[in-house]
Amino acid sequence: MLATLFRFKGGIKPASHKDESSRVPIGRAPLPPRLIVPLRQSAGGTPLPLVRPGQKVLKGERIGAPEGNFSAAIHAPSSGTVLAIEARPLPHPSELSALCVEIETDGEERWIERAPVDYQTQSPDILRDLLRDAGIVGLGGATFPSHVKLRPGSAGRIETLVINGAECEPWITCDDMLMRERAADLLRGIAILRHIVSAERVLVGIEDNKPQAIAAMRAAAAQAEGIEVVPVPTRYPAGGEKQLIRVLTGIEIPYGKLGTEFGVQCFNVGTAYSVYRAIELGEPLVSRIVTLAGNMERPANYEVLIGTPIDQLLELARPKPDTDRFIVGGPMMGFRLPRTDLPVTKGANCILAASQALFPEPGEEMPCIRCGACTLVCPVELQPHELYWFARSKNFGKAQEYHIFDCIECGCCAYVCPSNIRLVDYYRFAKTSMRALERDKAAADTARERYEFRNYRAEREQKEKTERLAAKTAAARQGLAAGEKAPAAATAAASSAAGADEQALPLLDEAKRALIAAAIERTQSKKDGGDAPAAMPAPLPVGETPQREVEFYRMLVRETAKTSSPEDPLQ
Amino acid sequence: MVNSPHLHKPVSVRLVMGKVLLALVPGIAIYVWFFGAAILVQIALASAAALAGEAAMLKARGKPLELYLGDGSALVTAWLIALAFPPIVPWWLTVSATLFAIVIAKHLFGGLGQNPFNPAMVAFAVCIIAFPALMAKWPAAGFTDFGAQMAIVFGGQAPLDAVTLATPLDSLRTHLSLPEAHATVANVARSEPGFGHFGGRGWEWVGLGWLLGGLWLLQQRVFTWHVPLAFLAVLALIAGGFSLAQPERFAGPLYHLASGGTLLAAFFILTDPVSGATTPRGKLIFAAGAALLVWIIRTFGAYPDGIAFAVLLMNLSVPLIDMGTQPPVFGHKRKGGAP
Repeated sequence: MLATLFRFKGGIKPASHKDESSRVPIGRAPLPPRLIVPLRQSAGGTPLPLVRPGQKVLKGERIGAPEGNFSAAIHAPSSGTVLAIEARPLPHPSELSALCVEIETDGEERWIERAPVDYQTQSPDILRDLLRDAGIVGLGGATFPSHVKLRPGSAGRIETLVINGAECEPWITCDDMLMRERAADLLRGIAILRHIVSAERVLVGIEDNKPQAIAAMRAAAAQAEGIEVVPVPTRYPAGGEKQLIRVLTGIEIPYGKLGTEFGVQCFNVGTAYSVYRAIELGEPLVSRIVTLAGNMERPANYEVLIGTPIDQLLELARPKPDTDRFIVGGPMMGFRLPRTDLPVTKGANCILAASQALFPEPGEEMPCIRCGACTLVCPVELQPHELYWFARSKNFGKAQEYHIFDCIECGCCAYVCPSNIRLVDYYRFAKTSMRALERDKAAADTARERYEFRNYRAEREQKEKTERLAAKTAAARQGLAAGEKAPAAATAAASSAAGADEQALPLLDEAKRALIAAAIERTQSKKDGGDAPAAMPAPLPVGETPQREVEFYRMLVRETAKTSSPEDPLQ
Repeated sequence: MVNSPHLHKPVSVRLVMGKVLLALVPGIAIYVWFFGAAILVQIALASAAALAGEAAMLKARGKPLELYLGDGSALVTAWLIALAFPPIVPWWLTVSATLFAIVIAKHLFGGLGQNPFNPAMVAFAVCIIAFPALMAKWPAAGFTDFGAQMAIVFGGQAPLDAVTLATPLDSLRTHLSLPEAHATVANVARSEPGFGHFGGRGWEWVGLGWLLGGLWLLQQRVFTWHVPLAFLAVLALIAGGFSLAQPERFAGPLYHLASGGTLLAAFFILTDPVSGATTPRGKLIFAAGAALLVWIIRTFGAYPDGIAFAVLLMNLSVPLIDMGTQPPVFGHKRKGGAP
């Protein structure tokens, strides 16, 4: 059966530059003396550290436990000793810091006891948990936890499984090389994914500029029933998840929806391969294939341990002397590295050396002439020039009405703009501003609710006080009236009550003093805490209970999260 | 630059405008062949005036001169003014019309990209109202004597009746509106010397030049097919319908397509991105509206050609058209995003 291909509107065809890094087989990057493993490497929450400084770890040993539903585990990429658990700068455009585990490798690469699983005998629930615990996330760059994407959606069953081998960004070839060299294992990973969601058919989409990958995948899939390798027209961003699903199935998934709701789900080929290693070999995700390309003497692909410092990796490909910056990801959606001593993360598919000659700065920004070149290339069918006006004039309501949040920031519009307008920057600005406004509004709402409740409570207390007073007065009046009838009894009662009061007084004082002392102590301890750097881990007392340790790290994670941007640091 | 994309197509406003100018060249060559070199002088006059006006306004507005003066947009306006005006209008008319377009219609509205009206058409409308007689003096095909032309343009001489002609649009409208029983489209076209094979004599071939250049721009994706096709098709449809019903009163579609500024407007004036609609459906409505107005003004109006007024009126409706024709976005086309 030959699949009918659909078209997504828009897209561009920049020169692919894929030959440069795909001439040599995938190499193995040497073991670095130190690995810096960020704990948060998926779109979900930050895993809690499970190790302590000084602790020995084995390759593949879990060092971060998944926190919440949208998080995946983190593992030691090699055997060695944990040196530190502290906030370190991440590969992120704004040099964001987050909690990392630094490991000094011992060069032995000693694995944990690996436990291969026969997936066919396991239920989808167990396999999903295994993938979460093996730290499997989307390796196409978005690092969305795979087990979440494998949950059944509202449409019931996932009928079609789309495997993304499009790799549409220029220069990047890690998926291409993976498909060429490890097609058979990759197919086993696909079979596992298919088993979990019990999909009827599998469509592997590969851009038609990768004939070797298509041939290798076709050969590997020849025996498999219902798995079809489909060459798709080379047109950026054909590898965008929603674009590829559209091309292969005709289904358009709107912004904010998951494919599962439409009976289709999409995984990157790299992810499928790591699923194979996790289930059939029992090896958690501790390495990935990274393309080193661009302005390099020896562009190539390497299998790299997560946490390898990028500068050590660059030595393998030798950036040319006129290199002036490095980009993580492709030239269309990648971001500029603020510095090179940062670790490779699960989402880093490519390190691109850039120079003025290779990526010349666009010319001076000119006014928009409404030429509509941007509307012709927008794969989401937006009107980028209208969004530009709304973003520029901070007319956020209109921007939202014109679907600014549907923008995938693929950069096609800015690529073709004859006025050299940095359109995507304007959209990012509008989106961040809107999110900030939303947060401020939520905060203001909370404050108002608190204030209103406080007023309500004050009023209630006042009312209760008045009522109590009124009751007391009434009681006194009654007592007075009664006293006239029985003066002797009243006097006796009053004197006994006074006696009781006198006896109670010292006791009350004692309690008050204790309370005050406690309060002073609290303030004192708060002050001390405030003077110490908030995120610094205090040396852990030996013999602490694990529960307290977990609490401590929870606090640490929260503190680092507070100092960092509220945006997702991996996006 | 820190943010993505790091890759840019080597394109610029200057390149776009340069292509438009280049696409005008075949039409201009045919123009010179039939009507002499006066048009080249007019183009030069308009270009000089446009650049001078542009430079003065950029300086007054504190904009970088070297960046904007070279963008080519002023030259496109200048060339279109020269090509829309009769080639033997006095020099001062060309110069003041161009200055009006650049200073008032373009820069007072905010300069490049901000003008709601097509500057060349503003200039044309102003001049045809202020100087109707000068704007009606079109040379006859074959009047190519450069000396005589220059005497008219610079010497202030009134052109002799022998060298000028009313345009076919003009004479047809005049004759049909007279209470002469025998005036029909067919016999006017036969008797009037200004008529050629299917449009104005000579002008029909110039129009072919515009068509050629326009198709090249289409191939270069400077604009999409929507505006030229909708404009020409709707004009042909209306003209065709009426001439079928009353052939003696209404001229046929070919005549409308080949006369006056139809082809220049279809490919070079209505396709101005700044003052035109931007959505696909909007472009169709914009061009169809212009075609309807052109036909009405040509047939029932007081002016020989209706392009300028039709364009300006449609420019006026662009914000409304764009707002009402926003295309659906990926995934929002049908409920649930089904294919």
